[in-house]
Amino acid sequence: MLQYIGKRLLQLIPVLLGMTFIVFMIIRAIPGNPAQVILGQQASKEAVAALEAKLGLDQPWYTQYFEFLMNIFRGDLGESLRTRSPVADELWPYLAATIELAVFAMIIAVIIGVNAGIISAWFQNSWFDYTAMILALIGVSVPIFWLGLMGQWVFGIEMDLLPTTGREDVRNPVHAITGLYVIDTLIQGRFDQFGQVLRHLILPGIALATIPMAIIARMTRSSMLEVMRSDFVRTARSKGQKMFLVVYKHALKNAIIPVLTVIGLQMGILLGGAILTETIFGWPGIGRYIYDAIGFRDYPVVQSGILVVAFIFVMINLLVDVLYSVVDPRIKYD
Amino acid sequence: MKKGKIWSLIVLLVFSMMLAACSSGDSGSEGEKGSGDGGSSGGNKTLVFGRGGDSVSLDPSSVTDGESMKVAANIFETLLNFGEQDTTIHPGLAKEWEASEDGLTYTFQLEEGVKFHDGTDFNAEAVVKNFERWANGDADTFPYYQSMFGGFKGDEGHVIDSVTADGDYTVIFKLKRPQAPFLKNVAMTMFGIGSPTAFEKDGDKFGDNPVGTGPFKFVEWKRNDSITIEKNEDYWKDGLPKLDRVIFRSIPDNAARLNALIKGDVDLADGINPSDAGTIEGDDNLQLFERPSMNIGYLGMTVTREPFGDAKVRQAFNHAIDKQAIIDAFFEGAAEIAKNPIPPSVSGYNDAIEGYDFDPEKAKELLAEAGYPDGFEMDLWAMPVPRPYMPDGQKVAEVIQKNLADIGVKANIVSYEWATYLEKASKGEADAFLLGWTGDNGDADNFIYALLDRESIGSNNYTYYDNAELHDILIEAQTEVDEDKRNELYAKAQEIVHEDAPWVPLAHSIPLLGGSADITGFKAHPTGSDILTNVDFK
Repeated sequence: MLQYIGKRLLQLIPVLLGMTFIVFMIIRAIPGNPAQVILGQQASKEAVAALEAKLGLDQPWYTQYFEFLMNIFRGDLGESLRTRSPVADELWPYLAATIELAVFAMIIAVIIGVNAGIISAWFQNSWFDYTAMILALIGVSVPIFWLGLMGQWVFGIEMDLLPTTGREDVRNPVHAITGLYVIDTLIQGRFDQFGQVLRHLILPGIALATIPMAIIARMTRSSMLEVMRSDFVRTARSKGQKMFLVVYKHALKNAIIPVLTVIGLQMGILLGGAILTETIFGWPGIGRYIYDAIGFRDYPVVQSGILVVAFIFVMINLLVDVLYSVVDPRIKYD
Repeated sequence: MKKGKIWSLIVLLVFSMMLAACSSGDSGSEGEKGSGDGGSSGGNKTLVFGRGGDSVSLDPSSVTDGESMKVAANIFETLLNFGEQDTTIHPGLAKEWEASEDGLTYTFQLEEGVKFHDGTDFNAEAVVKNFERWANGDADTFPYYQSMFGGFKGDEGHVIDSVTADGDYTVIFKLKRPQAPFLKNVAMTMFGIGSPTAFEKDGDKFGDNPVGTGPFKFVEWKRNDSITIEKNEDYWKDGLPKLDRVIFRSIPDNAARLNALIKGDVDLADGINPSDAGTIEGDDNLQLFERPSMNIGYLGMTVTREPFGDAKVRQAFNHAIDKQAIIDAFFEGAAEIAKNPIPPSVSGYNDAIEGYDFDPEKAKELLAEAGYPDGFEMDLWAMPVPRPYMPDGQKVAEVIQKNLADIGVKANIVSYEWATYLEKASKGEADAFLLGWTGDNGDADNFIYALLDRESIGSNNYTYYDNAELHDILIEAQTEVDEDKRNELYAKAQEIVHEDAPWVPLAHSIPLLGGSADITGFKAHPTGSDILTNVDFK
């Protein structure tokens, strides 16, 4: 097992290297000049040229790329061109905000998605099945910005239940320790703030959960349908095993592998940040951070930000592969 | 029996949903309309200001973006202030000032007894140190210093010869040559006076922990989320500021920001879409604020690209485009038709100029005279992002496309991502392009020279328009200290621009803000830097 993990980690190196190269080339291939953006529209040509030289942007691309790689190996993610702060320092608060939202959304997506899929498969072709699958179809197709704004309108303004935007009640701000506010408020015993933080998570969490929820529901359903037809399910039922147990204990265990794969992939995507959700809900996550950096041609932020996101993505998938063997002991990595 | 199982499943499902949404039950401290009485901690008068983006740095001299200025204007003060809602010059940290006859020496008398937030005394030496700091910088560290004062120490273009202290409360500026907008430049938020103790200690990290003399002190910055400033208890103007805390929140989406305003999550919101003005006016809990216009939205024509080298073609475009229709449809009336490259609020505006009227027939004649009786085909560049001077570039472009089709010109709308758009347009790659400008200091030079002079080609003169006569006038105006003579020069400059027509000036928009109805004393400033000293809740 350890050997397998080691091998997989080694395989990551070329993947991440290739990724850095592609990102590096793409961000430079598009027109737009970071020096110009930093200095603003007022700047003279000479000033722009001087700043380019200072930032090393006048060097040939391979020199710049090599420099970037060497810094990465030294654990240095570079410095933002715009704010002049180290990317490594800037990154964490954004990443923490994204992790908090992504985990919350994924919990919603898994609980509802998996159960809806199971019940749909159990009562195939029933009204529940049809309704759930139509909802799933809507879930993957509804535009997030519409859903988000509607959520704000209905639950925020009309029903006055939930806050519309942001991570916290800014009038009663959370003192950040880890950056994960759910944990920070608990550590400090601020239960009033803990409630606030959860309330702020609900609307963006649901908006973000819709797509993975729908995908998980459909995957669970089809995987369960296959398993429900197998011999051991019939055997279990003929022995008088309760249907609930048959479905949730025996069938689910056999059907869960493809669902796990989907959950892993979706989790990776969510952790990459969700620009639309973050924009609609004013959520200070990593998606917007990188997206804004693209607009400002903040090369170090884009390069290092995407590298970190890609790293998380592949690690989650590795974790899912390891989980396979936990869930299904027949799968062995040797 | 079977039914029972279904029920147990439904219960399970409902239970899991409740688990997922567990939250809402266990609190209720917020939720009520928040304005005024504020939250459970800190002072009791907290204003939450919702805006589109985060600041880049809170050291205003080091950045160029408006969102940074918006916060910095409340932490720092300048030697001179702009008027409440215009760019006239008023006392600031300097209570009196005097210019020499030749316009080369300015003497400022400073307020006494003012202290920076860190306890450092504000005096002439502090002012000198601030200007020394900027003059010894470079374009990277202090971009605006370069554009407003012509360069840095040792540069030929640098306007300021020396800044010296005469006693504790007198500062003398000596200039190398007269600079007409000098006082307006000094009043810009970018040149807010910071504590020398703090910037000598923090160096380029000063922007993370800004220390000024302003009505509010910096408290906390959660990037991309919120910036908190609190009342400066020792502020030198008695009884001010009235608010205890101000929190600037970034909510990028205009509709979401409006939702937050209606809900009461924010008390004041900028970037209100003109189409949402009615919603705010119709809501008893809200009020609408107008920011006096100091901008211009225009269609530029690149004169180095055929057929736009011919002034007749450019004039034809001016007659072909229905500005009123554009303003009615996309600015919802919150704009004024533009006929000059500078807005009417700016001193030197030439109101005697007759704008080109909407007259497609006249336009066709002009095109025929220019040798294009059957029109031609061209690319029309549409801005990809909303800006205060152009709320919806794509839709405006569609109207223009239709107007041009009526005179036989086939316009293909193209667009690029914003930074790409600016870069390509500045290289003269666009036939005709939508763009605009918001003034920095309310001076005509900051519009006409910055946007249409030959020396601005490559920076902000995207049209490559180059007129020697105009250039001479603009250079003369830069050093003309007599206001009337200067205005005459600008009047003439506007006539030349009108005749040559490198642009179709479209609109001077009025940016809108929304606020809760109990806000008092808020005055939106045309520069976009709103000073919140007098703001209060009823």
